[in-house]
Amino acid sequence: MNALSYAVVDATTMLRRNLKHMLRYPTVVMFVVAIPVVLMLLFVYVFGGTLGAGLDAVAGGRHEYANYLVPGILVLTLAGGGQGTAISVAMDMTDGIIARFKTMNISRASVLWGHVLGTMVQTGLGLAAVLGVALAVGFRPDANPVEWVAAIAVLAMITLAFAWLSAALGLAAKNVESASNLPMFLFLLPFLGSGFAPTDSMPGAVRWFAEHQPFTPFTETLRGLLLGTEIGGDAIATIGWSAAIALLSYLWAMSLYNRDPSLR
Amino acid sequence: MTTHHSPRSMIQARGLGKSYGDKLVLDGIDLDVAEGTVFALLGPNGAGKTTTVQILSTLIGADRGEVSVAGHHLALEPDAVRDAIAVTGQFSAVANLLTGEENLRLMADLQHLPRSLARRRIADLLERFELADAAGKPAMTYSGGMRRRLDLAMGLLGEPRLIFLDEPTTGLDPRSRRVMWQIIRELVRGGVTIFLTTQYLDEADQLADRIALLDNGRLVAEGTPAELKRLVPGGHVLLRFPDAAQLDLAARALDGSSRDDETLTLQVPGDGGVAALRSLLDQLDHAEVEVIDLSIHTPDLDDVFLTLTGQPDRRPQEMEVAV
Repeated sequence: MNALSYAVVDATTMLRRNLKHMLRYPTVVMFVVAIPVVLMLLFVYVFGGTLGAGLDAVAGGRHEYANYLVPGILVLTLAGGGQGTAISVAMDMTDGIIARFKTMNISRASVLWGHVLGTMVQTGLGLAAVLGVALAVGFRPDANPVEWVAAIAVLAMITLAFAWLSAALGLAAKNVESASNLPMFLFLLPFLGSGFAPTDSMPGAVRWFAEHQPFTPFTETLRGLLLGTEIGGDAIATIGWSAAIALLSYLWAMSLYNRDPSLR
Repeated sequence: MTTHHSPRSMIQARGLGKSYGDKLVLDGIDLDVAEGTVFALLGPNGAGKTTTVQILSTLIGADRGEVSVAGHHLALEPDAVRDAIAVTGQFSAVANLLTGEENLRLMADLQHLPRSLARRRIADLLERFELADAAGKPAMTYSGGMRRRLDLAMGLLGEPRLIFLDEPTTGLDPRSRRVMWQIIRELVRGGVTIFLTTQYLDEADQLADRIALLDNGRLVAEGTPAELKRLVPGGHVLLRFPDAAQLDLAARALDGSSRDDETLTLQVPGDGGVAALRSLLDQLDHAEVEVIDLSIHTPDLDDVFLTLTGQPDRRPQEMEVAV
């Protein structure tokens, strides 16, 4: 076997370990699903009637607002999934097992790839569960099969980017507690974008931020694919933001991973 | 300079240095570890022991020095070095959420061992390390000694030729410590080379063929346990007398002795051997001195340790022991 196939085998071994963790301690997975579901129910059944009637972009009632909301809830779900990655990476650091891996002849990236792929599986399950609840509360997408495939690809691409960002945050954290807090800001970003209300309903500075942060094109692209609204330049922005976040986070994570452990 | 006639050197370091910012952690140390031996790096906390292990095991880079480990250049062929070594740290590096057996399986997979071979080695290690009963329990439920044994077992799946043991018994109870020593001795019998760090003198004395004393990032002494004990002029016979007159008599009779008038005692240098003791008693008899108490003090590694590391102001010049 060559170096690349060894790296793939090692990453698979690491992924198996992370999936085992997940199955044995499913609280993180439940957390990943529970918070978006609770927020969705809250926004559909408590605020939905008012928001649906009040927002020009929605122009309807509770049912129309549910359709508007779900794409935002989906990106919220994958942003929240990063917390699990950051925690498990930080636990590996404090366990000292990362130091053991580093003194073994295994591909250095494979350890982190194991975590990242584990996050993708976990977030994928979370997204499926959230989507199931969304359909039950009245989400009615009009996407054709091609649009569904494209939507799943967009979700996977964004998840990959945030999984690497969370892995880097987990490595940068001083301990497990701060690793679980660091990715919190990711969870807030969908609120400061077009996830819950259109950006043109917001005042000056907030609106400017909402229109220029990555979660707005993420949400708009998904909304376009699932509900047929206009996508326009948001598709390119989504690909650009995802690629940039993934690449920079990957480089940051690898440099943190290779850093001298005593400088932590 | 120490010379070895051993055909192969497992670790050879020249001028190994490492700093963190302004803090000099390792100040150019030389190491020679022959294959199949136990080498102990002994020193107080903060002496640079763990840094040395981290460098030699490829975890961190050195700032200066030429090092080869298991016949490979440390900086240029780190993966070849990694294939030959195993590291067991003072903080056990096991996956807490996995069971003991799963931890071993993880290591076997990362070493790319064939399934049947992996199964055999895992079963064998669980048995040898007294972990068979707990194999199915998560590692987080293990006691300190069990974790340390699991940690070591995980390193052995790849059949390393060189094992780094960084303070393998720190924090263990006496029984677990004894078990660990037993395991280490068995490994050495199997031909493995051990690089051990410890702050326990008895541990180095019990296990090591050669000991190096590290203090403030410098090697202050190196040799076999016996050679190190000889470095310290601690061996003497202590005589106690009933009064000052008797002390005077004895001090005149025994050349090179040093007296203490407060305690009415006399220290006579010597190793406390039977012949030396007999001649000492003969001399005292001849001078007709009355002795009320006699005790023999042989130097141990504690003396070496305290003499060489305990007094930063009067630090001795680097001592080399010729073999």
